[in-house]
Amino acid sequence: MSFTTLTFVLFAALTVLVYYLVPARAQWVVLLAASGLFYAAAGGWYLPFILLTIASTYTVARLISRHAARDEAYLAEHRAEMTKEARKEYKAAGKAKRFVLLVVGLAFNFGMLGVLKYTGFTLESINGMLSLFGAGKLPVPALILPLGISFYVFRSTAYIIDVYRGKTEAATNVAKYALFVSFFPAVTQGPISRYADLAPQLCAPHKAEWGNLSVGFVRVLWGYFKKLVIADTVMVAVRTIVSAPDRYEGMYVFLLIVLYSAAIYGDFTGGIDVTIGYARMLGLTVQENFKHPFSSRNTAEYWNRWHITMGSWFTDYVFYPLSICRPMQKFSKWSRAHLGRAVGMRMPVYFATLVTWFLTGLWHGASWNFIVWGLLNGVVILASRECEPLYARFHKRFPKLGGTSGYGYFCAVRTFFLMGSIRILDCYRNVPVTAKAFGSIFWRFDTWRELFDGRALTELELSVPAWIVVGCAVIAVFFVSRAGKKSSVADRLVHRPVLWTAACSALVLVILLFGSYGIGFDAGDFIYGQF
Amino acid sequence: MNELIEILSELHGDVDFATEEGLIENGILNSLDIVSLITEISDRFDVQIPAEEILPENFDSAAALWALISRLDED
Amino acid sequence: MNRNAKHPRLTRALCILVAVLILGGALAVFDRILMPKYITTSREGSLTEEYYAAVAETNHDVLFIGDCEVYESFVPATLWEEYGISSYVRGGAQQLVWHSYYLLEDALRYETPKAVVYNVLALKYGTPQKEGYNRLNLDGMAWSASKVDAIRASMTEEESFVSYVFPLLRYHGRWDELTAEDFRYAFGGKPAETDSGYLMQTAVVPPDADADQPISPLADPTLPATAMAYLDKMEALCRERGIELILIKAPTDSWGYHWYDEWDEQIVDYAEAHGLTYYNLIPKSDEIGLDMTTDTYDKGVHLNASGAEKLSRYFGAILQERHEIPDRRGDNLFATVWARRVDSYYQRKDDMMKGNS
Repeated sequence: MSFTTLTFVLFAALTVLVYYLVPARAQWVVLLAASGLFYAAAGGWYLPFILLTIASTYTVARLISRHAARDEAYLAEHRAEMTKEARKEYKAAGKAKRFVLLVVGLAFNFGMLGVLKYTGFTLESINGMLSLFGAGKLPVPALILPLGISFYVFRSTAYIIDVYRGKTEAATNVAKYALFVSFFPAVTQGPISRYADLAPQLCAPHKAEWGNLSVGFVRVLWGYFKKLVIADTVMVAVRTIVSAPDRYEGMYVFLLIVLYSAAIYGDFTGGIDVTIGYARMLGLTVQENFKHPFSSRNTAEYWNRWHITMGSWFTDYVFYPLSICRPMQKFSKWSRAHLGRAVGMRMPVYFATLVTWFLTGLWHGASWNFIVWGLLNGVVILASRECEPLYARFHKRFPKLGGTSGYGYFCAVRTFFLMGSIRILDCYRNVPVTAKAFGSIFWRFDTWRELFDGRALTELELSVPAWIVVGCAVIAVFFVSRAGKKSSVADRLVHRPVLWTAACSALVLVILLFGSYGIGFDAGDFIYGQF
Repeated sequence: MNELIEILSELHGDVDFATEEGLIENGILNSLDIVSLITEISDRFDVQIPAEEILPENFDSAAALWALISRLDED
Repeated sequence: MNRNAKHPRLTRALCILVAVLILGGALAVFDRILMPKYITTSREGSLTEEYYAAVAETNHDVLFIGDCEVYESFVPATLWEEYGISSYVRGGAQQLVWHSYYLLEDALRYETPKAVVYNVLALKYGTPQKEGYNRLNLDGMAWSASKVDAIRASMTEEESFVSYVFPLLRYHGRWDELTAEDFRYAFGGKPAETDSGYLMQTAVVPPDADADQPISPLADPTLPATAMAYLDKMEALCRERGIELILIKAPTDSWGYHWYDEWDEQIVDYAEAHGLTYYNLIPKSDEIGLDMTTDTYDKGVHLNASGAEKLSRYFGAILQERHEIPDRRGDNLFATVWARRVDSYYQRKDDMMKGNS
């Protein structure tokens, strides 16, 4: 049941209705039932895997918290008779035991994700290497990839790590915990909410309030607008360009960078708007996943604004633990002693950054395109850090420039194109094709003629009126997004019923007329749904 | 405390760490700075800051960071 | 300040009510505009809906149902002129047997003909083939239980029932292809595209070398059970209503739409078992007087007006002599309506011939 089907819209509406009709203490049961239905409808064979994740992480968290409670009770009771050293030792021993439990839980879940998602890719990569030596091929099994597995595995492993770290209380009701993992508006595409943030809300009673319903509703419509009117329409042109990389070079690749950025923005942020808006209609506040990403002045800022919950997952659970773990500290000391202070200080950070971005790429998809994409992001972030002293010197010489809005726009545009250029790795068949296409921007200058005589637009399988509508839609998104930088536009509409109804009506009309849905358009699911 | 401010100043010479209270919130320290900082602290004070303590409230000011170091040292 | 602040609920309710009304109205208007008009393109889409205006004028003694092999083969104007037979062709582009059944069921809500003539070619299809053909056959159908059943029976996997209720959901993508025609005929007033269900073609394109391609043998010669089940239903419906069901196979037999002997045998057996008459007209081509150098508009796949008139003359005699279809020329009510229909048939023929030359 993809978000863009009428079935989903009806299903979601019915869920809201039932949710507010049942007694408040049963509301979470309605959500759990709806999530179960939603997930089962996607495919019966997906169910066992999410159930395994729920059962394993729930159990591990229970065990860890039980051990921690026992240790604490023991320490409280015997505090007087223990020396500081003895206490420390006892604590360390307890922590080691809990660590083993955590590792078992993580290994099981990441193992499952790894086998299901990466077996094919790994075997094919091995086969590729074997073929260099003329050796035979390993059979590549066709495994199923359960819907949203990358998201729910991340959500539930974050939970057990937080329980291990003592930041979160372990859940005591497996059904309520199952709702947190499988909450249907977020199960296929995030955000990767943290347990402490989402779970208490899911199980709390909620009254039907005009504020939540109206803000949520208009946000859902806005999401569909971005997804159906912009993303899926622009994707037609994107697909045309990437399906014939030899025909569409130079200017077309440049156009692709812009178009794919618009498409992916509409797709991801639109999908998340539907999720957050819908959750809001249920009285839930789900963490934002995108905050004006294209206003970022540099790559690091971009990643604080784009797919935020995924970025913070990698920062909290990969980057920090990896960069400050004991072996890494030792490595840092060693390299400082042998390679000099400047290099030595950088070693752990560089290593952890590249590993984190390698894994981020891998998470996005089982292909070299995504791995290269991830590593390039890491390299860009490190390089811009190294350039900081240069920038500082530059700003010292031209102190007035840095504050001007023109310079701000310049930085945002620069970041947009930098990120956009790396992002086209998603589109093309493989890395060499991408590299060749990107390179052609710098030598196929003749192709620009096709842009100026208008041929480029009609070439790409969208009509001129369709380009105009998309153009207007993008402009609308730009201004609404800018208007929402300080406070949410949807929130401001709550007390303006006329404006609110006008906005909703206009959105419904525009989506129904100009949206790419139904037969004749191969809309495709929200792209993140495939991961 | 002075030693801590010294370490911080080595990272960013242009910030008054004695008074600044929004090191994270205002984006002065990024994740890479934090890692360098933790390495330095481990060197000079023999205190390991675990990953779960990397929270904005622990790193927003030199005073908060000093409180964290003291707490971890006592445990 | 104003009422807004005092009665927020009332203001909200009013706003929503007004918005729903305006939105509903706007969508209804757009729905009509976006609906294909089936005039300059896909004229076949006009076949189904034109029946209702015709049956409101007069009854028909013979109804032809089936695929293109009926609406390109039988000319009701000729049947009237030669034999005084009042007939209508309720055919449709790739009309599959369940389309035929429900269109017949639908027609029987308005009239009870003496005979129903069904062309058997479509029995070779046991599953829905293409979404577009469902639309051509069903869009024009008036709402009734028959239409609901027809949609359910016809839908391909990608389709949804609701898109038949709100065609906007299906045709919204036409917004950038709309022409003046779409606005002009949004609320009716469309000119008739057919002559009593006969869709005229006047071009002459004789078969070429391609027509001699070898015919590949059938993998499974049995006609699909799902299709035959609808033939059973059709037979039962006709029997119940006292209508004679006549099976035919039109005389055209091109390599692309070859009528296999194995299929023919099954229809012969079926007709015998159910006491029906079955005419395979393929071998009667010479008797009918068909000459494929002049009587086809698409290399022998379908007949053109000249071929269809010859076939109608031939088959009208059979209907009158063997199936006792009455001559209504003496009846004033029929005669007035048919005089006009015959006129407009020749008018269209003239216009199209001029267009061809």
